[in-house]
Amino acid sequence: MAATQRPAARPRPVYLDLLAIRKPIPAIVSILHRASGALLFLVGIPALLWGVQASLAAPESYASFRAFVGHPLAKLVALALVWAYLHHLLAGFRHLTQDLHVGLDLGPARRSAAVVFAAALLITLIVAIRLW
Amino acid sequence: MVNPTHKKHIVGAHYGLADWLAQRLTAVVMIVYTLFAFGILLWHGGLDHAAWQALFANQFFRVATFLFMVALLYHAWVGMRNITMDYVKPLAIRLPLQGAIIAALVAYAGWTIAILWGAR
Repeated sequence: MAATQRPAARPRPVYLDLLAIRKPIPAIVSILHRASGALLFLVGIPALLWGVQASLAAPESYASFRAFVGHPLAKLVALALVWAYLHHLLAGFRHLTQDLHVGLDLGPARRSAAVVFAAALLITLIVAIRLW
Repeated sequence: MVNPTHKKHIVGAHYGLADWLAQRLTAVVMIVYTLFAFGILLWHGGLDHAAWQALFANQFFRVATFLFMVALLYHAWVGMRNITMDYVKPLAIRLPLQGAIIAALVAYAGWTIAILWGAR
């Protein structure tokens, strides 16, 4: 009976405090890819459909639509969605290039993640300047 | 008696590769449409209300937009299913949640058709 008995496993440390683990930039871009995707589903799609519908309405109701989206709070929501779309699109494009075995090494993968992160924020900033 | 050597290990539902591919194909459709739509916007140097309405009266643009929305809604399903599979472990919560997500996406598809081809 004791022939196959192994020494009792020592309890191993489990350390999965996501807020305490130092995350490299590809990990941050990856988490934001998922978070932005969830935001686009929960808020983005209904907002897009509602916005297109309202913007295509007759001139009178179009005017009230303009007034609504002109509100600073509405602009802020729109800006968050613009960032989510850009980050998700660029991070997804990065995945597509990696599927084609482009930029798989550690150095290029880190650089492309940084470019995705920065480009999404930069274009969002340009949109913000145009909105205000 | 069950023969123990014939024990089956059922692992996954084998839709992984199809979904992996679908997620990428729909992504390509959406990237192409996004560039196309942004190109139209740049070409016209911004659109006033009349030009915006005229754009959505164009049948080709309507079909292209519909294609984009179908890709978007399917893409959203694969993504949201992955998220629920990762974070929502109890089946009694996950399945109704996934059902609600599917219902929302189908409703969005109907809403899209109403916007594109419905009366204004």
